[in-house]
Amino acid sequence: MEIDPFIFRLSIFILSIFIGYYVVWSVTPSLHTPLMSVTNAISSVIIVGAIIAALAGDSVNLFDTANVFGYLAIILAAVNIFGGFLVTQRMLAMYKKKKDKK
Amino acid sequence: MISANLLAIFYLISGVLFILALRGLSSPETSRRGNLFGIIGMAIAIGVTIVSVGNFSTAFLYLLILLIIGGSIGSFIAFKIPMTAMPELVAGFHSLVGLAAVFVAISAFLNPEVFNLGSPGDIKIASLIEMSLGAAIGAITFTGSIIAFLKLRGIMSGSPITFLGQHYLNLILGISLIGLIIYLCKTQVDTWFWIIIAISFLIGILLIIPIGGADMPVVISMLNSYSGWAAAGIGFTLENTALIITGALVGSSGAILSYIMCKGMNRSFFNVILGGWGATDQTSSSSSKEQKPVKNGNADDAAFLMKNASSVIIVPGYGMAVAQAQHALREMVDALKKNGVKVSYAIHPVAGRMPGHMNVLLAEANVPYDEVFELEEINNDFANCDVAYVIGANDVTNPIAKSDPQSPIYGMPVLDVEKSKSVLFVKRSLSPGYAGIDNDLFYRDNTLMLFADAKKMTEEIVKSL
Repeated sequence: MEIDPFIFRLSIFILSIFIGYYVVWSVTPSLHTPLMSVTNAISSVIIVGAIIAALAGDSVNLFDTANVFGYLAIILAAVNIFGGFLVTQRMLAMYKKKKDKK
Repeated sequence: MISANLLAIFYLISGVLFILALRGLSSPETSRRGNLFGIIGMAIAIGVTIVSVGNFSTAFLYLLILLIIGGSIGSFIAFKIPMTAMPELVAGFHSLVGLAAVFVAISAFLNPEVFNLGSPGDIKIASLIEMSLGAAIGAITFTGSIIAFLKLRGIMSGSPITFLGQHYLNLILGISLIGLIIYLCKTQVDTWFWIIIAISFLIGILLIIPIGGADMPVVISMLNSYSGWAAAGIGFTLENTALIITGALVGSSGAILSYIMCKGMNRSFFNVILGGWGATDQTSSSSSKEQKPVKNGNADDAAFLMKNASSVIIVPGYGMAVAQAQHALREMVDALKKNGVKVSYAIHPVAGRMPGHMNVLLAEANVPYDEVFELEEINNDFANCDVAYVIGANDVTNPIAKSDPQSPIYGMPVLDVEKSKSVLFVKRSLSPGYAGIDNDLFYRDNTLMLFADAKKMTEEIVKSL
């Protein structure tokens, strides 16, 4: 009897939902906006699919429809990755503690 | 070239780094390191994918150029965007994730060989289901986020758009979507795949147009969640652990935020999704009520009251963001502190247009985060506070939520502003808030209304101090 690899992926998926559940509940409410922008940035890891699609081409089929959609997805995901992480960084840099009492 | 097993391990490492990125957000001190983990995780995922494909020909050159173009656009936006526009920005970014998911699904459908999914016309059934789900959720996220973006930006009216039979139409579309996916699996004909995507685009629009402006915190969180599930769907198709882990994290994160936002309004998720308060048409008692006397004050009165107070609590709301009053507000607080007044900030969970919106704006204005408190932390302090300064908030302070079971906001947790000795309410007019309910607080003896733009009024108070 062999287990379908799909079941392994499903296990990873379900366990990750639980991890997400507990990790996100521990996020302090004041950082909920950065939480949204950083989750947005990391979900752009979908770029790996775009990269595989885009790099499928050699000189003959560089502009096949599948490749072109890969290119487009790369641009979109790249905007998100850079934009998401940088804007998160910018926000987090603003959170400061009270300065020492004067 | 790296082996499939090694590749999988690298993706696992990225996934773990993403978990640590979210974990870091449990406190502002660790958050910056968390963000760094996220960036490293992303770099690893992109790097190993490129190496594993091992194609360094012209296609790779294109990839680099596109990365640079996208990256520059993203960086430019990230540095230029004003903090008040964060809700729109996040909605806009969600739409990009959604569309990217659709595009990747299309690539996989058209060229399944490179993803090891079979050949065109003979794609593995499981992969076909996964990629159609990924594409459908991605498409819903895309158009839904576009509508949310337009509403937040004010290009589209924030009022709910409803029509007869709307929910039935959505239901029919949803069911036909499932039918089409089954049909696609049977026939493998690409026409059905395009129709699935087209219907999903339509559902995304129909889903968001009936939701009103002040429910946007729920909408944004919900779309955040969808973008995660779309990524997870694609992750299953590509058999990619990093994508599956991330999708699950983002999906549950968005779901939890939606839950917190709904709880902040004491409404069920479905109640929000099925249409805004404006649509329920609960024309409350405001019209029938006789004109009640209101105490009207000016900046000097406000300055006098606050200067002589020993403690002041500030209650910011969406109006503060609209007027960009956060910097003026901090100047006012600095002046008060010089006079020995103790100042803190009270933030309602649904203040603003997205979760944590007010906190970011205050942080931008250099307000230390340990002076900013959540509803549960500070609500008991109103009773001992001399002045509550309500700037741009309304419904979240309405005491009617505690007393009138007929009111649409009954049961919603509110800030007990009325318990403080006096209340200063900065507002442009007496008009009711988003929920369309009169705020009883305006007519209380201890309330002084300051009719003005939030920023101008605050600046005038600073001068009078």
